[in-house]
Amino acid sequence: MSSSSALTRLTVVESRLFLREPSNAFFAVLFPAVLLTVLGLVMPWADQPFDDTDPVLSQVNGITGYAPTVLALAVATVALSTFPTTIGNYRGRGVLKRLSTTPVPPSRILVAQVLVNLGALLVAAVLMYVLGAAVVGVAAPADPLVLLLALVLTVLAAFAVGSVIAALAPTAAAATAWGMSVYFASLFFAGVWLPLPLMPDVIQTIAGFTPLGAGSEALAAAWWGQPFPTSSLLVMAVWTVIGVPVAARLFRWS
Amino acid sequence: MPVIQVEHLHKRYGDTVAVDDVSLEVHRGEIFGVLGRNGAGKTTTVEIVGGLRQADSGTVRVLGLDPVRDRSRLREVVGLQLQESQLQPKLGVREALDLYASFYPDPADPAQLLDELGLTDRADARFEQLSGGQKQRLSVALALVGNPQVAILDELTTGLDPHARRDTWEVVERIRDRGVTIVLVTHLMEEAERLCDRIALIDAGRVVATGTPGDLVARATAEQVLRFRPSGPVPVGLLETVATVTHADDGTIEARGRDNVVQDVLVALAQHGIRPESLRLEQSSLEDAFVALTSHVEV
Repeated sequence: MSSSSALTRLTVVESRLFLREPSNAFFAVLFPAVLLTVLGLVMPWADQPFDDTDPVLSQVNGITGYAPTVLALAVATVALSTFPTTIGNYRGRGVLKRLSTTPVPPSRILVAQVLVNLGALLVAAVLMYVLGAAVVGVAAPADPLVLLLALVLTVLAAFAVGSVIAALAPTAAAATAWGMSVYFASLFFAGVWLPLPLMPDVIQTIAGFTPLGAGSEALAAAWWGQPFPTSSLLVMAVWTVIGVPVAARLFRWS
Repeated sequence: MPVIQVEHLHKRYGDTVAVDDVSLEVHRGEIFGVLGRNGAGKTTTVEIVGGLRQADSGTVRVLGLDPVRDRSRLREVVGLQLQESQLQPKLGVREALDLYASFYPDPADPAQLLDELGLTDRADARFEQLSGGQKQRLSVALALVGNPQVAILDELTTGLDPHARRDTWEVVERIRDRGVTIVLVTHLMEEAERLCDRIALIDAGRVVATGTPGDLVARATAEQVLRFRPSGPVPVGLLETVATVTHADDGTIEARGRDNVVQDVLVALAQHGIRPESLRLEQSSLEDAFVALTSHVEV
């Protein structure tokens, strides 16, 4: 049996397992859409201009201003929470070690997990955008191609960090603890609780160097039609280039 | 040629010597026990044999393969059931077997394996819903689904209740009957005595004895003891020629000796028409042998 077919089988099985965990299905797939839609419906600022004082931001409504942040949250949820927790769980339970007793390299289950989480993210992003646009008037992205580029780099940088957690966490509990700490810090810097443009300059500067902060900035720039976010994209590229080899080097199978 | 040949295996983790010097041979079709206390180096030894760890020195050949160099070939012919290894909680029994079957070039029929291991009626259950014994049997099934020539089973029955343990033993015997060579790692004397054709007794990273369970008992046993109440007076000197005899105040006789002492004493009594009443025989078990062979304190 070729290892590509083993990868296919593993990916199919891991997708089913992903959906059998109700919290995964909710937080990774549905939550971004629910968050954006509910905020859009109940928040008074949702249909007000995002920022009256800024020539670009006065052209987008509040909920469109918030959409890139929710997209960054969707990325963070799979990359920093679901993915590392699952891998930590598999390590703690001996799933990775058992797989290494078979002819299939255990790295295949990591690839399968990344694919499953990317699939969930894709569904979450589409769902969020469609519901947001249809129900609460989220405007279409100003630069769709730049948005796509920003999204790819956000995914890479966030998974790079998530992989380092996944590489080291001895159990699911450890992965959850480490992942959640990074997750909530990332959500803060991504502007989930307070939009980045409203934060003090020093926080904005720090945020710009975190993977999700930079991701949120780049996604926002593309969505709102701000200048090309070169520095944010570079920051994420650096996180990726450092994080992936570090994770690969530190990875423990048991 | 032996199926598994291990020579002067040595492995340390930092300053801790896990395996000091282990040599052993496993023959085709046998159940070979690796017996020892917890921490004796059993698991490290079989994990090196199974290609999961690399030895610091020594040679290992499994079906002529080097577990490090021929790792991928080895994976196809050796099934490993690891100590305390779990599956994904929501993974179904049949689903798991089908998945693992897809990893091998010539897998066993998952349905037949389920049947042999008594899991057919749990085929649709998820791993988290299985009992301890069922989890272990599924774990054995996964080790066998690639149709291995050698199966290494590590601490198979630890944590199982006596009933589940006996069921699992029957499973192991059935696997051997299919022609699979089995290496059984255990710290349970009863398990080794019941299942194993030969045993390597490991202590502090070294093999202290190898042989059949009977061999090991014989090697470590000083003597056997018979206690009985004679139905009539025993002529002086009758038993003294074959055993060391002591008479208790209540008329009980205790006869100690080696080798055929049991038969010799019983024959001598029978020739004089004496019946040994309330006869009790104290025979050393593998457990006594184990203690004798692995105690470091000279008495």
